[in-house]
Amino acid sequence: MPETIERVAIQVRVNGKARKLEIEPRKLLVELLREDLDLTGTHVGCDTTYCGACTVLLNGSAVKSCTVLAVQADGAEITTVEGLEKDGQLHPIQKAFGDCYGLQCGYCTPGLMLATLHLLAHNPSPCEKEIRKAIAGNTCRCTGYQNILKAIQTAAQAMKGA
Amino acid sequence: MLAELGEEAKPLAGGQSLIPLMKLRFANPAHLIDLNFIPGSSYIKEEDGSLRFGALTRHAEIESSKTASSIPIIHDCAAGIADVQVRNRGTIGGSLAEADPSGDWATVLMTLSTEVRCLSPKGERTVALPEFIQDAYTTALGHDELLSEVIVRYPPKGSGGAYVAFKRSAPVYPTASAAVQLVLEGDTCKQAAIFLGCVGLTPIRVKEAESALRGQAVSPKSLVTAMEAAQAAADPQSDMRGSADYKRRLAGALVKRAIEIARRRARGEPVEVSHLYA
Repeated sequence: MPETIERVAIQVRVNGKARKLEIEPRKLLVELLREDLDLTGTHVGCDTTYCGACTVLLNGSAVKSCTVLAVQADGAEITTVEGLEKDGQLHPIQKAFGDCYGLQCGYCTPGLMLATLHLLAHNPSPCEKEIRKAIAGNTCRCTGYQNILKAIQTAAQAMKGA
Repeated sequence: MLAELGEEAKPLAGGQSLIPLMKLRFANPAHLIDLNFIPGSSYIKEEDGSLRFGALTRHAEIESSKTASSIPIIHDCAAGIADVQVRNRGTIGGSLAEADPSGDWATVLMTLSTEVRCLSPKGERTVALPEFIQDAYTTALGHDELLSEVIVRYPPKGSGGAYVAFKRSAPVYPTASAAVQLVLEGDTCKQAAIFLGCVGLTPIRVKEAESALRGQAVSPKSLVTAMEAAQAAADPQSDMRGSADYKRRLAGALVKRAIEIARRRARGEPVEVSHLYA
């Protein structure tokens, strides 16, 4: 029988909401989000730090949440795809991905949108090369990247106007 | 803490290698000590003709640092490691302490005069990078020791360097890489440091390529000699990234390209370099 694993108390702010949890130290951040907080918008694609489907913002920085332990997020601010929409209004990034057909199956989309949010927060007017570099850690296996690129350019424009 | 917990304990820096290794059960430490909560372990500063990096300084912080970019080969390295998400977590100290044969930092920093500071309950010592990196995944660190700082001496006037790595896609390790640091006086190459990455258990110094360049202007002929020397010095394994023969040729081509960029930079020409993708 495996011995009982001691749980660790942590506090996080997820999409602006303070959460207190007791978790196993081995738990990954993505598992905390999906299993403990029911935020299943963050996807697990490869679980090997490759595909970027699990990208979230940790204290404003895009990270692969399958490669961060949940206990490491103690005291941190986390943004997931569920935090993009405000008052029933889609975030300009969400709207742009829809309008530009920047998705087909949608599996990689939450990660790509969070990578976009990180990019535009640091660089509101990225050129094409900068966009390609910023999403190089996000793998899409159906749309192809052309419409994703258009979506990010459209989102950048919309957010500048806002 | 490391001393108390013994050899079964592992320090966790950025976690971008250790966490994937634990998931694959390749690493199974009894204790994990998270270093990320140690204040003051992430910094980039200039001091006494050296650049100093706190062990926990993230690749992304180095990528965007003007101070660090004053040595262009350091920016080449930081800006090309994996992808944004990994660069936001991964650290320079973690990369060196892991000593993965495919890691980027060791290859790059070998071309410069680099020392690492190691801390333990017994005290502190400074180890030159070539002595620190002993073998694949093996460093001079004792189990109760932590890498605390990376110290890189500024190269002399007339220096130029470049790091070129070839990758199949952003998140993966390079197939092969080349780091070159030159010192020019006029057109004459006074000093050369040339290392290959990913094609041996540790970064491989290509002494014959260095001597082919030294004492003369970089010429098509010396470039070819350097390229051939790099091919001969490479000791790659065939794997999913390519056959040994392919990697050997690739290493040669990367050295040639890195020398050309290093030479242009040494002459004051700003050249942007990024990793190359298949």
